[in-house]
Formats: sequence, structure tokens, C-alpha cells
Amino acid sequence: MKHARIAWTGAVHQAVPHGEHQLQLVDGRIINEDEVVWLPPVTPRTVFALGLNYADHAKELAFKAPEVPLVFLKGTNAFTGHRGISRRPADATYMHYECELAVIIGTSGYRISKAHAMEHVAGYTVANDYAIRDYLENWYRPNLRVKNRDACTPLGPWWVDRDDIADPMKLALTTRVNGAVTQQGTTADMIFDIPTLIEYLSSFMTLSPGDIILTGTPEGLADVKVGDVIDTEIEGIGCLTNTIVDDATWFGVDKQGVNAQ
Amino acid sequence: MTITPFCISSPPPVSGTIYGVVLNDHHSIARFGTAVDDAPYKGAPKAPAMYLKPANTVVGNGAAITLPADESAVEIGATVGIVIGAPAARLSTDTAMDVVAGYALVADLSLPHSSYYRPAIREKCFDGACPVAEVRPASEIGTLSTIVLTTFIGGQPVAERSLADLVRDVPQLLTDVTEFMTLSVGDMLLVGVEYLAPQAAAGNQVRITAGPLGSLEFSIHTRTEALTS
Repeated sequence: MKHARIAWTGAVHQAVPHGEHQLQLVDGRIINEDEVVWLPPVTPRTVFALGLNYADHAKELAFKAPEVPLVFLKGTNAFTGHRGISRRPADATYMHYECELAVIIGTSGYRISKAHAMEHVAGYTVANDYAIRDYLENWYRPNLRVKNRDACTPLGPWWVDRDDIADPMKLALTTRVNGAVTQQGTTADMIFDIPTLIEYLSSFMTLSPGDIILTGTPEGLADVKVGDVIDTEIEGIGCLTNTIVDDATWFGVDKQGVNAQ
Repeated sequence: MTITPFCISSPPPVSGTIYGVVLNDHHSIARFGTAVDDAPYKGAPKAPAMYLKPANTVVGNGAAITLPADESAVEIGATVGIVIGAPAARLSTDTAMDVVAGYALVADLSLPHSSYYRPAIREKCFDGACPVAEVRPASEIGTLSTIVLTTFIGGQPVAERSLADLVRDVPQLLTDVTEFMTLSVGDMLLVGVEYLAPQAAAGNQVRITAGPLGSLEFSIHTRTEALTS
């Protein structure tokens, strides 16, 4: 089952897809997809992200693959839903997407073994973990100014139950910029797979429902420009769409003064 | 000695995300020295050098904190958290204090690590790694520059720091952080920990005092102790 969280006619709803372009609410109402505002499908609690978790991507960035998982954290400001917008600041010269399989924790656990790790997974969604490399600094790298910017981590469109995905370690990842494929990979190429990540993180901290692990991205980075429409898609899960906007659009410069006294 | 196997403490007073910064005091910058210019850093940080303390780290006064397996020492980073009382984005130093609801004394615990190059998740995010005392209203505290933090380990004073030594004071820190990220009501921003803060060992009782911000007490245990007692 796919589970979306949307805003529609003044309220937040849980919804499931109904055919290609519609959604069904819990009470049975059918609504058109283009009438809703998509929210991140779960309210994120602690969100982990993996750096350099695909060998080809590590090589692309001229790094040796890490010996322990390279993990960083995100705050709640970072997230936005499907069909949202992300801001490319005027001074940025290199902003790139990262298509990532996001693992949603369903039951809490501490010191979880690899053998039992998947029992703690509720399901999966798609994440696009944008980075603006102009702001990279070698202090707790990747630093928050690169990776924890407002609305620069789209999640969605929905989350999918764990048992609906036969093998999460064998899913195709694809990114398209304005329809042209720029990134292709498979979750089979992860350096640290999902059970290993759950065992590692829970070896020192309790994982809880709503925690999310963004598992890293394969090679195929490309700069995105203002106006670009980015689709990050994972086989069997969904296609997450996001549009890049400039400062003027983000801050509504053309709307300013309209209601001035 | 009676060992408490699980954290029993007053409820933690934070509802949102806790962010911290390193190298925000002149003493730590002096201690770090010319290493800032060497690899892997290749220059002092421009934006605040930040990290997160996630929800599993937050405990209240009186907590018994169990270190991860095979760890027996922990750095006690005495600091103060700025409690955010209004949504905060793109602040200026003139307006920054408007979002401050209060302050709380905080102990940012870290497994000893001397490198700030990679995010220190295992070191800084283990369960119980962020004891937080009661929040005091900003109006009662005034400026943080008069606050002195004293750390006692096993009853002995081991460190003292004055918040008059901050590089970015509260308005400047809030301004520089909210330039690129929004802080929400209930979030907390720590004003900085000292580089290579004093270490406590398993079995130690730790106490931090901070004048008008009160005091914070907790104890450190190893996993073996907690499981067998």
C-alpha cells in the first residue's frame, strides 16, 4: 500500500493513490491529484543521511569509500513534499540533486542485529537530498549550510509498505532533469546496506518510529538551474518531482508591494 | 554503590531540534591553534560549524547515562541552550533577541574525539548524550556574558568557563544560523562547547553550575554496569 499525506480544502489528510491521477481519502472521497498540496509522507523525527554510500559516487567526488558509514543529520526545516520548490540562491554556482532510497523506521529498537533489522522497517519513500557545494566547508562536513537548508530535501510522493518491496537492495534509481535522464543506479551498489546501517546506528542510539535513513546516492551528479524540473524516481516506490526557483520567486519579490498601505 | 539501570530523570524541556556549534569561544580557538589552516580543514570555519543533538539524546536533570558498548570516558561540554520562542528566519542582530524565549543549562556529552572534520554522530548522538536543565525565561537571565559555567566531576571542580568569551554572541549566532535555515518554536541552539572539554569516567557523578541558570546533575555508567546491576 502507498500512503500519502496531503493538504486539500483546508485540512491535512491521509490518502492512497486511486488510478493514475487521483487519490482516495480515508472516507472514500476521490480527488484529483492536481488539486492537492503534497506534504512529506511522514512527519520526520530524527533523519539520518549517508554520504559516499555508493562506491561509484565516492569515486566521482574523489573520495576513498568510507570504512564506517559517513552519517549526518537533518532538522525538520529541511523537508518539503512532492511537487514542491527548492531555492537556488543567487550566489550558488553548483547545486546538485541526490536521488536516495529513504528507509522509514516503524518500531523502536536499540542494538538491533542485522538479522532482525528489517523487522524495524515500516517502509520506504524517495528523497532528493540537494546539496549546494559552494557552501562546503571542512567542518563536520557535509556541513549544515550545504545539507540542512530550508525545503532542500524533498520527500515523497508517498511511502510504501516494507512488504510491498520484495528486495530493497535491488531497486533502480533514476533522476531526470527536464525529462532527460542524468543519473542511473541501483541500490545493489550501496556500500553499507539497509540492515548494516540499522545495526550500526542502533549500536549507539535508539531508533524510533518516524526516524528516516536516507541511504545515499549513486554517481551522476549534475548542476541544476532555476526553472529545472527534477524527477527522482525509485523502482516500485514512486517518482518525486521538484522545481528549482530563484530568490525572487522564493521570496515572492513580484508580489511585494501589492498590498502596501 | 547503587547503579540505576535506566535513565530516571525529570522530563526534558525541549520539544524541537537541538543544534550546537563548535569553536565559538576564543579559548577553544586558541587551543585548536594553527591546525585550522592545515588539512583536512584548510581554513577556519566561515559559517557556524554546527551539529545536531537528536531526540534520543535529550534527558533531564538527574539522568543516569549509559555509554555505548566499549566506551568508558565521555567529554562533558558545559554549555547553554537558547530556547526558540518564535519562528526564526533571516534574523538581523537587531531583531534576533525577539525570538529568544529563554535559556537552559545543557551538558553536551561526546565520546572523546579531537577531529571536527566529519560529523561526529556516534560520538555526539548516543542515547542520553544531551542532559538539559530547566528552562529559565530570558527576562530573568539578561545577557549570557555574565554567566560562568563550572563543571564538577566526582565532586571536584575540573573546569570553569565564562560565556563572556563567546566569538558569536547570542544575536550574532542566531543571525548567522537563520541566514540559511529556519528555527522553529521549541528548537534549541547551543552557544558552543569547549574544544577537548574535561572527561568523566564510568561511575562518575557530574554536576554543572551556572549561577542564575541553576545546576544540572547526572551520572555516567558503562553498559556492563547497567546490565549486571
